[in-house]
Amino acid sequence: MKPLLDISSVSMRFPTPKGEFEALKDVNLKVNQGEFVSLIGHSGCGKSTVLNLVGGLYQATTGGIILDGKEVSEPGPERAIVFQNHSLLPWLSVWQNVELAVKEVFRGKKSRAEMRDWIEHNLDLVHMLHAKDKRPDEISGGMKQRVGIARALAMQPRLLLMDEPFGALDALTRAHLQDTLMEIQRELNNTVIMITHDVDEAVLLSDRIVMMTNGPSATIGEILNVELPRPRNRIALADDPTYNHYRHDVLSFLYEKQRKVEPFSRRRKASAPSETCTAQA
Amino acid sequence: MNTTTLIRQLSSYRPSLDRDSLLKLSRRILGALGAPLLGLAMFLLLWQLAAARIDTSLGSFPGPMDVAGQAANLYQEHRAERERAVVFMERQEQRIQARLAQDPDWEPVRRGYTGPPTFFDQIGTSLLTVLAGFALASVIAIPLGIVMGLSRFASNAINPLVQIFKPVSPLAWLPIVTLVVAAVYVSDDPMFSRSFVVSMITVMLCCIWPTLINTSVGVTTVSQDLNNVSRVLRLGWFTHVRRIVLPSAIPMMFTGLRVSLGIAWMVLIAAEMLAQNPGLGKFVWDEFQNGSSDSLSRIMVAVLAIGLIGFLLDRIMLIIQRRVDWQKGAVS
Repeated sequence: MKPLLDISSVSMRFPTPKGEFEALKDVNLKVNQGEFVSLIGHSGCGKSTVLNLVGGLYQATTGGIILDGKEVSEPGPERAIVFQNHSLLPWLSVWQNVELAVKEVFRGKKSRAEMRDWIEHNLDLVHMLHAKDKRPDEISGGMKQRVGIARALAMQPRLLLMDEPFGALDALTRAHLQDTLMEIQRELNNTVIMITHDVDEAVLLSDRIVMMTNGPSATIGEILNVELPRPRNRIALADDPTYNHYRHDVLSFLYEKQRKVEPFSRRRKASAPSETCTAQA
Repeated sequence: MNTTTLIRQLSSYRPSLDRDSLLKLSRRILGALGAPLLGLAMFLLLWQLAAARIDTSLGSFPGPMDVAGQAANLYQEHRAERERAVVFMERQEQRIQARLAQDPDWEPVRRGYTGPPTFFDQIGTSLLTVLAGFALASVIAIPLGIVMGLSRFASNAINPLVQIFKPVSPLAWLPIVTLVVAAVYVSDDPMFSRSFVVSMITVMLCCIWPTLINTSVGVTTVSQDLNNVSRVLRLGWFTHVRRIVLPSAIPMMFTGLRVSLGIAWMVLIAAEMLAQNPGLGKFVWDEFQNGSSDSLSRIMVAVLAIGLIGFLLDRIMLIIQRRVDWQKGAVS
């Protein structure tokens, strides 16, 4: 079977005042239709750079990315992105935010009534229809992220890209949203690439976990196939030995093989924007 | 606590013999209105005291009472002038009818009343001029500011000029504008009088800068995330500006517009005074030249009117800003 997405020998170098900085080196990854892939790694390992390359927001220095037989050269709605901080337009209501995307993507393809039904359907999918007339600053962080997901889904993407979608949320809200996402996945069977910091999240949601080595010149370290049956239940899995085995694998990659060695003095500065190596300005 | 909540409380107040609540209420009234009233009273007192000690060539400086008297006087003059205008029109109509009765083929010419403009006419002229100048400045500054915000090249090209022309006083522009308008704005049947155009352009030249600068800064502060959303959706240039850039820039833009309108009003008075264009500035100058014993009081009326109108203009802009601005509660 031909993969939906083919990332082949991608390297990414950013120009900096101190010369070129190589964020990614020789990244190869194939993603099949309907697959849920997580990218995990320490901050600064270039996860976001991979996502931005696939999203078309960056252009690879060398190598290429092929989606559906076509090379990715610019951003587009067939690769919808769920941004970490929701990126909703604050002056539009929940409904209007999704509407903006639907109108742009389905202009001339759907009638006005069809568009309305489609917006409604997607807001319903993330359980946000009740707040459709609210502004983003009137709803909680978790709700904003739901709307962000609805907006991305409403573009009917071939590939859904999620950049730490639940990273800024508290643990309970995060769990709730993960369940919603699994529910949506069961229905739509989208192809998803998700960036995460969270080991549990990666194991719970993914078909494959792509573990990245530390930067600079980060690349894919290991790939773990998660063969847990779906639907998955977080409570049942908590005692599941296979689940814990996967969890252990990821943890040992992150904290033994790719332990982030930073001298103490540097780490204190790390609270400041020392994440220069992510270079995601 | 502000005045509206106070009024709401007062209107819902049911008198009772409860001494405590009465005390509480009177304390609230004092808290809300006390300070401003005290300030006003102090000002009037100082004014009265100072006025009695200043002797000018036009007699002693007017105190608050003289000024209030002249304000009433100006209103009376305005009413009288209006009545005269009505009488004039009636008389003219009577004459025309009388002649038409004798000579039905005669084509009557009706003339407007051309009495001297009153204080209130001058206020009207000034308001019209300032709004026209401000509107013209906004129509130029907002699109130009957007272009500057979006293109670094345009910004680099225009910014030095902005910095040079921004501090120029209206008094420096005025002779140039007057001469240029006299040379360029030639028409047998002009839509606007030349003096109106001169004032308007001077106002425009002076008040364009805050809106221009703030709009361009507002546009550059569009968040990278929203730009990315726009790129993913492949919004066209125009849609991008309309849906993403303009709303992002609105808070900054309105701050600029408010500053601009304040400057416009200040500049207009100076320009009218110097250029002898109709308006409040001319009223002040005429009174100064007139040099009667009432002149100073009448000028003080104008000063207070100018201040009050400037304040009202800013309030109106604030109301518009509150309606347009999506940042709830960010505007004070």
